[in-house]
Amino acid sequence: MADPMRIRAVAKDGGVNVKILMAHEMETGQRKDGAGKPIPAHFIQHVSASWQGKVVLSANWGTAIAKNPFLEFNFKGGQKGEKIQVTWTDNKGDKRTDEATIN
Amino acid sequence: MDQTRRNVFKAGGGASLYALLAVAGMLRPDAALAADWNQKAFEAKNLKDAFDALGAGSRTDSIGILMTAPEIAENGAVVPIGAVSKLPGTESIAILIAKNPTALAASFDIPLGTEPAVSTRVKMAETSEVHVLVKAQGKFYVTKKEIKVTIGGCGG
Repeated sequence: MADPMRIRAVAKDGGVNVKILMAHEMETGQRKDGAGKPIPAHFIQHVSASWQGKVVLSANWGTAIAKNPFLEFNFKGGQKGEKIQVTWTDNKGDKRTDEATIN
Repeated sequence: MDQTRRNVFKAGGGASLYALLAVAGMLRPDAALAADWNQKAFEAKNLKDAFDALGAGSRTDSIGILMTAPEIAENGAVVPIGAVSKLPGTESIAILIAKNPTALAASFDIPLGTEPAVSTRVKMAETSEVHVLVKAQGKFYVTKKEIKVTIGGCGG
């Protein structure tokens, strides 16, 4: 199981600013190991953030997103104390969902 | 003739069954979205193929797209990129890196109520033009900027 995401959601000016840091290798499939064998690609393909059951951001990623991905966005609505959920799915089918409270 | 009609029926039946399941909430929406991962676009080896696979074969240069990125990235493994669209009706924002082994880095769907602005960090193999592609009201717009890379972030 992958490490938890770090999610910070802050309400301001009628919207919510969301910053997410995910723990993932984001292996490109381009690199070789010490023995010269290619290291298979292993990367997050899809990220989805939702608030009160509504998707507020949906992203598809390739291998070019940096290791331990960072993502920031803003959505309208959202009050202090409400929750947002973020889920990522990688190309091996691994998946992780974390929740944060808006403050 | 009959065979064709049968195939059409089959295809139609499949699609409506899928729609019914989706409406009934039997398919998780995130699973459906993950299936939307555009393999052809993400595996495209060059910019043109990636644009084509995204349906953005024709696109307009726009000053309504702002890209925040460094002029020089010392470490190609972590290059911060911010993209903001001022275009009304922005539906999606994509980041493409011309000289990476695969050009398309990310594609973001912007639902109504979400600001058309995203920031992330990408890997760059070498000095390259970075393009931000925006789909707004069904049309594609693009802006680009060259980012110089001192140490590449791929291979090794």
